[in-house]
Order: sequence, then C-alpha cells, then structure tokens
Amino acid sequence: MKWLPTLLRALAFWLLAAFLVTPRSFAPLFSGLAQGTAPAIYDRASLLMLAAQHLALVFVATVAAGVLAIALAILVTRRFGTELLPFARSVVNIGQTFPPVAVLALAVPATGFGVVPTFLALFLYAMLPIFENTLTGLTNLPRDVQEAARGVGMTGWQRLFSVELPLCLPLILAGVRVAAVISLSTATIGSTVAAPTLGEVIIAGLQSNNLAFVLQGALVVAVMAILIHDALFALERHLAVRGTS
Amino acid sequence: MATTAASATKQPALHIDKPGLLVAGLALVALVFLPFATFRANRIVPGDAVALWNAVPHSLAIVATLVIAVVAALSLVRSHPLPRLAIGAGILAFLFVLIGLSGTHLTPEGDRLARVSPASGFWLLVFAFGLLVTDALSRLAAGPLIRLLLLAGFYLLLGGGLTIGLWDDLSLMKEYANRAASFWNEGRSHLLLAVGSVAAAILTGVPIGIFCHRAPSLRGAVLNVLNTIQTIPSMAMFALLIAPLGWVAANVPGASALGIRGIGAAPAFLALYLYSLLPVVANTIAGLAGVAPDVREAARGTGMTSLQRLMKIEFPLALPTILTGVRIVLVQNIGLVTIAALIGGGGFGVFVFQGLGQMAADLVLLGALPTVLLAFSAAVILDVLIELASPPPSGGSAR
Amino acid sequence: MIEIEGVGKSFNGLTAVDDITMTINAHEFVTIVGMSGSGKTTLLRMINRLVELDRGTIRIDGVDNRNVPGPELRRSMGYVIQQHGLFPHRTVAENIATVPRLLGWDRRRIKARVDELLLLFQLEPEVYGPRYPHELSGGQQQRVGVGRALAAQPNILLMDEPFGALDPIIRNKAREDLLAIQKRLGTTIVMVTHDMEEALALGNRIAVMDAGKLIQYADPAEVLRYPASAFVESLVGKAERPFRLLSFSRVADIMEAGPAEGPAVCSDLSLRDALAEMLWHGASSLPVADGNGDLLGRITLEALTRNGAGPG
Repeated sequence: MKWLPTLLRALAFWLLAAFLVTPRSFAPLFSGLAQGTAPAIYDRASLLMLAAQHLALVFVATVAAGVLAIALAILVTRRFGTELLPFARSVVNIGQTFPPVAVLALAVPATGFGVVPTFLALFLYAMLPIFENTLTGLTNLPRDVQEAARGVGMTGWQRLFSVELPLCLPLILAGVRVAAVISLSTATIGSTVAAPTLGEVIIAGLQSNNLAFVLQGALVVAVMAILIHDALFALERHLAVRGTS
Repeated sequence: MATTAASATKQPALHIDKPGLLVAGLALVALVFLPFATFRANRIVPGDAVALWNAVPHSLAIVATLVIAVVAALSLVRSHPLPRLAIGAGILAFLFVLIGLSGTHLTPEGDRLARVSPASGFWLLVFAFGLLVTDALSRLAAGPLIRLLLLAGFYLLLGGGLTIGLWDDLSLMKEYANRAASFWNEGRSHLLLAVGSVAAAILTGVPIGIFCHRAPSLRGAVLNVLNTIQTIPSMAMFALLIAPLGWVAANVPGASALGIRGIGAAPAFLALYLYSLLPVVANTIAGLAGVAPDVREAARGTGMTSLQRLMKIEFPLALPTILTGVRIVLVQNIGLVTIAALIGGGGFGVFVFQGLGQMAADLVLLGALPTVLLAFSAAVILDVLIELASPPPSGGSAR
Repeated sequence: MIEIEGVGKSFNGLTAVDDITMTINAHEFVTIVGMSGSGKTTLLRMINRLVELDRGTIRIDGVDNRNVPGPELRRSMGYVIQQHGLFPHRTVAENIATVPRLLGWDRRRIKARVDELLLLFQLEPEVYGPRYPHELSGGQQQRVGVGRALAAQPNILLMDEPFGALDPIIRNKAREDLLAIQKRLGTTIVMVTHDMEEALALGNRIAVMDAGKLIQYADPAEVLRYPASAFVESLVGKAERPFRLLSFSRVADIMEAGPAEGPAVCSDLSLRDALAEMLWHGASSLPVADGNGDLLGRITLEALTRNGAGPG
C-alpha cells in the first residue's frame, strides 16, 4: 500500500503533462459537458502557456517574498533588532487576518489591472508564513547547540549561516510550502483582475456557461497545487530526517 | 563588544524608538510625497491626485500637517506604550475625520456626479499609525479582553461617524447609498456562509478528531486526505463542485427544493465546509494528544469511565487548542466567501467582483473593507474565547 | 596557565561571582564544585568570555583574555557542555572538524586529525565519521563532544558538567577515559561539577564555590582532611570521608615488612580496595604482592586505620 500514493502522484503528473501538451486529444472526455457547439477544450489561449505563466508568477513572488521575509526574520532576531521582534510578530498576526482576495482587490486601485496587483498580493501574502516560520525557527533553536556554536568560537555570522539557518531549514521550507500553496490559489483569482493565469479558463467557463472549461481549469490548477505541495513536503521531510535528534 | 553596547545604552541621545522610526518615516513619506485624496468629475473618468494642502481648507491643512508631524516626532521618542496607544488611536480617528471633511470640501456644491476617494497618502498614514497602535498594544501585552474593548470602541466610533454622515461625500459611501439594501443582504449571506460552514465543520470535525485520537491507525490517512483537500486552490474547489452538485440537483428528488444547485450557495457552502475540516480535526487530535499522561492516568485512577474522562477531563483540556483551530478556519472562511461570489454564492465578494468588472475601485472597497473588518473582528472575538477556555495560569498547555 | 585575579560578575544587580582569585597551572586538572547558583558555571564561562567579567582580570599564559577577540579566544580553547551541543545537521566527522575548519586548516590535515580523535575515543572512523549525532548513543555523543573540543589541539579544555547526562556506568568509563587522555596530552582541564565525588575523583585540585565565593582551593586529600567550612564538610559527606581519603593512597605507600596469612593483595591497589579485601576475609593483615605475584611484604588494618583518620 505504501507505493499507492507515489503511483497516484506519478500518474497525476503524467496526465497533467499530457493534457497541457496535447489538450485536444482529451476533447472526447470533456465534450459531454460543453453545450451545443461550444468547444470542449479551452481555445482562447494555450493551456501550456497559461500554466507556465501561472507557475512563473507564483515562483517569482514566492522567491522574492522568501528572500525578504528571511532577511527580516534574521534582522529582528539579531541583537540590533530585538526591539522590533514583538512588533514584527503582531504585524504578521494582523496581516494573516487579511484575506488574500482582499489584498488582491485592494491592490487594484493602487496599481491598476493585470500582473502587477496579482504579483503584489502574492508577494505580500507569501511573506507572512515564511517570516513566521523563520522567526519560530530562529527563536526556538536548541540552547545547547547555540551555546556550543559560541563556545567553539564562531562569530555571529558564522553561527547564523552554518548553524542557525541550516537548523531552521525544514521549518523555513514548510513556510515556503504554505506560501506557494496560497500563492497558487491567489494567482488563480488573479485572472479576475486580468492576470494571465489558469483561473482565466475557469472564469471563461463560468461566463459562457461552459462546464467543460470550468472543470478542466479547476482540475489543472488542483493537480498542480497538490503536486507542488507534495514535492515541497517531501523535500522538507528529506532535510528534516538528518537533523532529528 | 559588550562594553560598547553598555556605553551605547548610557547615552540618552540615542534613545530612538526603532518601530517609531518606521512609523515616522512612513508618515513623512505619505505627508510629503503622496496625494491625500483623489477627485473625479464623475464615476468613470480618471482621477486627479489632490495633496492634503488642497484636500481640506488651507487653515485645516496647516493644523493637520502640524498634528501629523508632531505625532510622528513623538513616536520617535522612546516612551511608555500607554500614551503611544492613546496618540496612535487619536491620530487615526483624526485622519478619518479629515478624509470625511476633504470629501465635503472637494465636492462642488450641488454636484451629484463628482467622486472623492481616499488616495495612497491617506492609506499610508493609516497604515503607519496603525503600526504605532499595534506596537503599543504588543508592548502593553494587552490581553484579548482589552483588545475586545478597543474593538468595541472602534465600532462605536465607526457607527457614530456613519450616523452623522461624516463620510457621506466620499465615493465609497455613494456606492453604498446606491445599494444599501443589497449590501446588508450580501453581508448576511456572507456571515451565514462563513459561520454556517464552520459550525458544520465543528459538529462533524470534532467527533472525527476524537475518533482519530482513539484509533491512531486512521489518523494518518484522514489527515492526509484533509490536507490534500486544503491544498486545492479555492477557485478550483468551487468550480469542481459545480458539476457534481448540478448532477445531484437534476437527479436526486427533492434536492433542488432544498436549494441545492450547481452554482450558488450550495457548492460554496460545501467547499468552505471541506476546507474547514482539516484545522478542526487536526487541532482536536493535537489537543487530545496534548493532555498530559499523568492527568489521564489520575482520571483513570479515580474510576472515571472512558466517556467521563473524555467529557470531563480530556475535552476541556483540549478546548483551547480546538478553538485555535476554529479561529483559523473562521478567519480563513470569511476571506474565502468572497470568492464564492464568482459562482453565484453571494457575500461581499459580489461588490468586489462587480467593482473589478466596472473598474470602480470604491465598489471594490465596499466589498473588501467589510470583509477585512469581519475577519479581524472574528480573530479578536475568538482570541477572547480561547483565553476564557484556557486554564487561569497562562501555561504552555494552550498550544 | 590561567590566572584569575579579583574577578567578579553581577547580573541585574545580583552578584553571581564575587572577587575570586585563583591560579590554574599548566597541565593541571582543576575541578570547580558547588551547588547550582554558586557561580561556578559563570566563572568558567568568563575564562573563554562567553560571559564578560565586570571586575578583575583573567590572564591566559600571561595575556589578558580581553586583548584577544572573543571568537579567536574560544577557538584556542576546548569547551564541552552537559548536553554535548553537537550540531544535529552535521555528521560526526564534520562536528569534530568544526574548529579546524574555522581556523582554515587544509582538508587533508583535518581528515587526519578527525580520524586520530575518533580512534582515540574508540570510534571506528569509517563507521562513525559519516553518521549524524542522533544516530549515536549518549556515551558516544559525549565522546564526540570532547573530541570536537580537542580537535584543534588546545592547551586548555573547559568542561561544564560534561558527564551530567550519562548514566552511572558509562559515566565512570568516561571519567577514566578523560583522565587517560589528559595524562597523554597534558591538557590543562578546568571542569565544573556539582558532584563532590566526581570532583575528588578527577581533580588534582578542587575549588569549592558557594554563593559566588571561593571557599576552598586545595588538593583532594586536604579538602577531605581539612574542610574549610561546615559547608565544605557537608559536601564531602561525613560518612564517606574516610573511605574517600583511603582511595587516594596505594597499598605500596603503607606496606611494611613481615609475614601475613590469606590471599595476597596487589601493591597497586588503592587502600580503600585493600580495606574491603580485609573486611571480606575477616583478616587484620594481608600479604602484599607485585604484579608478577612475588611477595613484597604485608599490610595491616592498624596502618589502614591511621591513613583513614582525620586530623587530631
């Protein structure tokens, strides 16, 4: 039974890849859902291209948010920034009560339609879990290990880069995973503000009452999210296994 | 190293508050570089940025600039958090009065088409002084009850401002005036969907959690499935449920009479319910697993039956953790309901997506602001409940 | 040589270490003993400047330790703590290589040193080098911790309750190993412990601390015979005192000429063990033999009694 999830994931991956490369060959599967002469497969843009744009948006936003969030978490856990630590914590707490959609919607008046507000919303929202997890990691390091790192004569930077950050890595990655999943979801909604993402397929289906579009868009997005989530989770587990004490 | 740090703390000249520095910097940028309001001749045309100097009568603008500058300067100086909280809250109230006055000032007499909206400078000032309040609250280590009182005070002021029509000349309130009835309707369905789906998740999720706690072999599988469900992006989830529910409505007798349809509230409710299950179930399991073994052992020792132990010992001890899960899903669902508007589920999302469609930013705000406010209020209220459910000496067992 | 002169430290107005002056000579093994809160760990951490002192000076081989940057100072000394503090994300070999790497040794030299240390601690380099700390037993982790501290061949080794987390049987073995290594390398060791038995068993000299003050600084026999205060006496334990005293001398020290009946005891045996033999065999004297079994003389209960007696 252990191989079943792996098999299912492999199957899902290849089906997804095949569908994105040659969507037309899946037309018979969806034709029953399209009414009358409506096309069974989304034809206003290449699905492969939309998926690539969707992923690129999520990737860039998550990486950018990660870099800034980790840097900020490092800053507030150094001696210089201790004053900012409780402040940063409560800002993150409040930030998380802001729904991603609201962030997206509020970004539109400020930046106009298209990729920019979507990127902004993704970026802002992705920072929260990464910052929170990095902070948790950096403030909960085992005391004896920190003491030993100082005791062997590491400087502050050496401790940070060769002990503290590596030990937090699984937790930071967990934050990145959460951020990536939220970003995938928010990017989908981004199509309502004219960002080129897979949400476009679902929206088009809803507007033209074409269930085939709705279903194929939803399936592609869902499978992509699950696969990315599982891949990041596996990476995290792999890294955590070495460090378990 | 330590000697330099020690000498630094001895120099009073360096007593600059770091969060205060951020507040003052943001306020300064907003005041000097950004427009305070936007004026449009009608709803469609692009707006003109208006600086604070022109947004209100000049005399008031001078006073306002001075007040903002003084508060920004005060926040730079290290001081007790209580006065910081007071001046922070005070300046926020002042800003909201100011934006209302600028609406009146900028709208030409008798012009019913002109639109005035808050601009980036206003929002950045609100953000900056919001940070000041947040920082003061976190330094006061204000408990949930204090926060609840502050929230109540905020709603009182908000209600007062609305009653006297303080913001009636702002575009946001004009959008509201045009759809007052549907605003409250959508608000009600927004709350019903969010709270109803969480309630359903609690009613089913807690028993599932208890069951998983008792049958550890099931735990992994159940959590895995729920985890996968939560991974599915919300829009895809709403969309995926359309077809099956449509089929049910068409083929199961009586289903459509119950209001079950392919689009509308039914798939929205179901999707929200499915999303809520993971935090409720996972936190129930974690809460029950967190009950100390010696407590459990002592309960067994006093001769309690397994059901008595669950109801009188384990469940009360797990309650704060379970409520933490409820807080997560309630806040999350209030946000997610917004997306349900895309499949006809109603809620404040209706205004958000209408506004996006019409490129009417203020209509977007009419949907987004109440959503944020609802989510925020839910978080504060749930925090109070969690606090009340936790054992008096605030120990680490709460999480 | 470590010269501690008039050293004091306060935390938030509370004095943790109060005007301590003591000298630790090269190649000595000094144990600092006291109860928790006595300031012993603070004193130790001021030597490698993990804690900065408020008053007084500490000189290492004549150089004020504040004249050397903290990290550099710490690299020049070994430091071992109770929970071993091994880096969980690094292999055993990488852990041991920490200080040599910080010092920029070349790779071949590091590898040779790591293998040497692993062998010294009876850990097969090929087997244990690539493992992670959590894959080792408690005793092995502790040995790796000491190995890491010794990696850059420091002249001084600071230890804070290094055996505290070990169970009694492994602890005894670890103590013996440490003594053997100290004898072989000649490292100066300063060890903090709350266990007087451990302090007496390991230290050439013992520093007893209480409430931040140095109460007594002397060799084990003197601490046992002439405890400086009632507090030291209570730490030593009245009932145990004579037996501990006996364990510092060997049979050869009080052997006398003459015959005796019964099984021979070895001249290397401690007097404590010799007493046990006599009690067990109900004898008032026993013959003494050397390692080859050749008879050397005898040991009497009377002579033993004299050695276990306190002053006056």
